Amino acid sequence: MKRVVITGMGIYSCIGKNIEEVAKSLYEGKSGIGIDPKRIEYGYRSPLTGIVERPTQIKELLNRRLRICLAEQGEYAYIATLEAMKKAGIDMDYFENNEVGIFYGNDSSAKAVIEAHTIAMEKKDTTLIGSGAIFQSMNSTVTMNLSTILKLRGVNMTISAACASGSHAVGLGMMFIRNGLQDMVICGGAQETNYLSMGSFDGISAFSTRIDEPTKASRPFDTNRDGLVPSGGAATLILEEYEHAVKRGAKIIAEVVGYGFSSNGANISQPSDSGSMIAMERAIKDSNLLVKDIDYINAHATSTPQGDMYEAIALDRLFGDFRPMISSTKSMTGHECWMAGASEVIYSILMMQNSFVAPNINFETPDEASKNLNIVATTKEKNIDIFLSNSFGFGGTNSALVIKKFK
Amino acid sequence: MTRDEIKEIVNGFLIEEIEIEADSLSEEALLNEDLGIDSLDFVDIVVIVERNFGFKIKPEEMAMVKTLGQFYDYIEEKLK
Repeated sequence: MKRVVITGMGIYSCIGKNIEEVAKSLYEGKSGIGIDPKRIEYGYRSPLTGIVERPTQIKELLNRRLRICLAEQGEYAYIATLEAMKKAGIDMDYFENNEVGIFYGNDSSAKAVIEAHTIAMEKKDTTLIGSGAIFQSMNSTVTMNLSTILKLRGVNMTISAACASGSHAVGLGMMFIRNGLQDMVICGGAQETNYLSMGSFDGISAFSTRIDEPTKASRPFDTNRDGLVPSGGAATLILEEYEHAVKRGAKIIAEVVGYGFSSNGANISQPSDSGSMIAMERAIKDSNLLVKDIDYINAHATSTPQGDMYEAIALDRLFGDFRPMISSTKSMTGHECWMAGASEVIYSILMMQNSFVAPNINFETPDEASKNLNIVATTKEKNIDIFLSNSFGFGGTNSALVIKKFK
Repeated sequence: MTRDEIKEIVNGFLIEEIEIEADSLSEEALLNEDLGIDSLDFVDIVVIVERNFGFKIKPEEMAMVKTLGQFYDYIEEKLK
């Protein structure tokens, strides 16, 4: 089987609009959470969200036809991908001369759907919806647009797997390269942040209502948590076959060595300790490493009591003897949902590159499940050679990735 | 509305919203071949015309409209 390395990465998030800004925020334990006034007006229980500004440079970069087909999360994905391409040392000419694929996580495009419905209801004529809406509305909007803009000719599909979408996208990209089907795949995850996109999620009381203290609202593993904070943006990783990367003189960032997956086969919204454990064990086995080799775990923990508890139980059962450092970067970013599995690989790589563990901010009082774990509440200097990144989603979909420092 | 006023509005949205170069907007310009207006752009032009002139373009009425000048004429006729 072929080795799979990461040769490019780019990020656009509420804690920074590029790799350098994000690395600084992670080290400083900076929160990207704030209040969206439109959510109050719309009737949300909680107006808390990751504050992500729309990219201002899209009009200069893309012509009208490409722009009007691109939804909000597609703009984030495009900017993140341009950064990843730059770091990988590839440009549009590269895609013209080489077959490159794309697997990107995305599981909604609510704004375009709702706006189209509003126009149709008002005008009673679907023609007046305009030509861009269909290409913005579909779940595959990110991959259909990026593959068109970048003129990609390899495997091309969206992975919709709830909050594990981005992680599965990276795992599947790895599988395609490992099995010799592609030399290079653009992988990632994107998440819209507009007020129309999260109303139904808010409606099930999943979100924190700590409105008076936005930056303290996301507090994974802390006993005083009261729900997650939605967030978004996009993260892109360029995965490449090792020999291929060496041959073209690419700078190798890290190696993707393990992918594990599972499905809980149970409740639609309730996580499972056993299901998540299967994914983690499978990822570690796939990497030919041992549990004791994991230096750091980027937990899925979203700041919901049930989800955090089941993950803490699974982590304790699997890593209890070794107690590796653990943090949930969602404490700073909020829950980046479809994007999270990809962005959290990037956050962890930045820690690995700069020898620190980013803090699980707001972790003040452990509960019965989290007290057994080595949760890092303030930034720690630490050499990381190998990390595990967890992502779990509605419907019981689980994904875990093991990433290794390239030596 | 006079034909000149219609022309000013149409040219305005073709430049601003459809992003067609101002220099190419002549009466004789063919909508598809010269101005590059394709079937998807035309859907957006239907939306813009409805917004600016208050009527809905019917595709069958547009069958004979090939040039920009004919398009001004078509709108002028519809507004009478």
